[in-house]
Amino acid sequence: MKAWATQKATRAARIEAGSRYARGKAVAAADLPRFLDAVLRPGDRVCLEGDNQKQADLLATALADVDPAKIHDLHMVQSGVVLPAHLDIFEKGIARRLDYSYSGPQAARIARMLFSGQIELGAVHTYLELFARYFVDLTPNVALIAAVSADVAGNLYTGPNTEDTPTIVEATSFKGGLVIAQVKEIVDQVPRVDIPGDQVHFVVEAGKPFYVEPLFTRDPAAITETQILTAMLAIKGLYAPYGVRRLNHGIGFNTAAIELLLPTYGETLGLKGKVCTHWALNPHPTLIPAIEAGWVEQIHCFGSEVGMEDYIAARSDIFFTGLDGSLRSNRAFCQTAGLYACDMFIGSTLQIDLAGHSSTVTASRMAGFGGAPNMGSDPRGRRHSSEPWLKAGAEADPDTHPHLRRGRKLVVQIGETFGDQNVPLFVERLEALTLAEKLDLDLAPVMIYGDDVTHIVTEEGIANLLLCRDRDEREQAIRGIAGYTDIGRGRDRKMVERLRERGVIRRPEDLGIDPLDADRRLLAARSIKDLMLASGGLYRPPSRFRNW
Amino acid sequence: MERLTFTLAAAKQAGGLRQQAIIGVVASGNLEVMLERSAPSGTCTFEIETAAHGFGAVWEAVLNDFVARRAAGGLRITINDGGARPDTVALRLAQGVRLIEGDEA
Repeated sequence: MKAWATQKATRAARIEAGSRYARGKAVAAADLPRFLDAVLRPGDRVCLEGDNQKQADLLATALADVDPAKIHDLHMVQSGVVLPAHLDIFEKGIARRLDYSYSGPQAARIARMLFSGQIELGAVHTYLELFARYFVDLTPNVALIAAVSADVAGNLYTGPNTEDTPTIVEATSFKGGLVIAQVKEIVDQVPRVDIPGDQVHFVVEAGKPFYVEPLFTRDPAAITETQILTAMLAIKGLYAPYGVRRLNHGIGFNTAAIELLLPTYGETLGLKGKVCTHWALNPHPTLIPAIEAGWVEQIHCFGSEVGMEDYIAARSDIFFTGLDGSLRSNRAFCQTAGLYACDMFIGSTLQIDLAGHSSTVTASRMAGFGGAPNMGSDPRGRRHSSEPWLKAGAEADPDTHPHLRRGRKLVVQIGETFGDQNVPLFVERLEALTLAEKLDLDLAPVMIYGDDVTHIVTEEGIANLLLCRDRDEREQAIRGIAGYTDIGRGRDRKMVERLRERGVIRRPEDLGIDPLDADRRLLAARSIKDLMLASGGLYRPPSRFRNW
Repeated sequence: MERLTFTLAAAKQAGGLRQQAIIGVVASGNLEVMLERSAPSGTCTFEIETAAHGFGAVWEAVLNDFVARRAAGGLRITINDGGARPDTVALRLAQGVRLIEGDEA
């Protein structure tokens, strides 16, 4: 007789074993090592919550302290490899296999451990793709998650940084898995129920909040004139003609400059209410002046941002908030919004090749993807129209009948031709290819594929790849805005001039922009302090950004 | 430090009345540019001290575009470079020409 409920039986056994170290659902932090030894089993698929923002840091440290003689060969399925403990787990032989998405701060160490074979890599995913696999073939046996507070029934309050938690819990708890949450404190009543208690099996009181990285804060004081110029080009050359109302901004100083130019430069172009009204975006502090000036109608967030909590709570017409007043973020929903309901993604990268492929991977650093490849891709399942989507589709494919033509999402790469240390943005060959060869990967870690990219913006101008009709045109359009890099100086000047006549390349002067007008006085805020003042004192910048 | 000098034909004569202009600062990733009206008309001379070695060809390309686009004839331009990127160099040079075109301060 085949047993059809072994997973539930296994979970019951785990709960029974764990309960020896718990009072009700509550486990004391001091008992965590013995508790984890009791509930985990070798070969378990484990989701340790953490992404580019929030971290289940107490549980990560505790997992790195279990006895590898008892608990080994774990398969980690997690958004972020961010804390040192995330890799200690592999170094100690507790875990062996890894499927993940983002590894920014551990990019160098994870590359070394991949080279030395200490980590068996499944794949590097986008966030949404990894979440999707939680429901198909990477469902966790055990989830170690983070919340702000819990009550004795296990109801969780995740606060503004809800992020990945509902998705992880859904996949784990409804498929026979065990959910363990770290919380700052156990309270009589949670401010709002983000995760119902019957989906949560154990709660550990950490006595301190989970760690959150202020990843989306950019100091306006560090924005350069060249970045301002690229922002002016983007606003006048892309946002205005396409009428981009629904969009996502990647992290970076170029997009921060765009946000800070909306109430100044954007206002003089008469664009208020016509562009940038609806966003899938984290609460970027640099968007405060545009929000205050009435540009923004609403924003859905992947996560929160340190210091923005009070500002968000006081602007509930703009943000999604709960009964307690604070932000409700949700990475899976916001990624879906970025994929299907936005007409533009614009972000920066480290390397772009002559086909327009881009990557943030270098030969010794594996930063992972996060969400950019999802936002920065054209969704083939989209079936609703909008002005920018139709216009981009018509530029790419003028000959097809309009009613049968797919639109196109605008996928824009923006940056200066030379990055930090005078490293060129444009390359003959992506270092991602070298890394793929060294690690024998099926796929080079390409952030955004060339056939998804519609425009590239540098201080030299805008290349519209939708208008390129073959590979040569595409290559020359990219060389044409690559400035003084080797790629740029290798351009065919005559062909670039012909592309410019067709509007494939548009220089600042073609758009009526004088580079000498790219002045820091155009920024609606020139410092973190200006942002705080613009928020009426509601934005409370983390101390590392305070220099007054 | 690397020293580079260039003398380029510059068809458009620098306008305005100022004898001298200074713009920018010597800092990492930035540069200081001094412009003086002391080169023969129709030419523009450059004396560059740079912290970044091996970028002679890039400097030449940037300066050639500069004299083609801007009115730089008759200018002697001295540059103290802290490893600025080409876009910053081009911007400071353009700002310098605009400054020297102003009335005598």
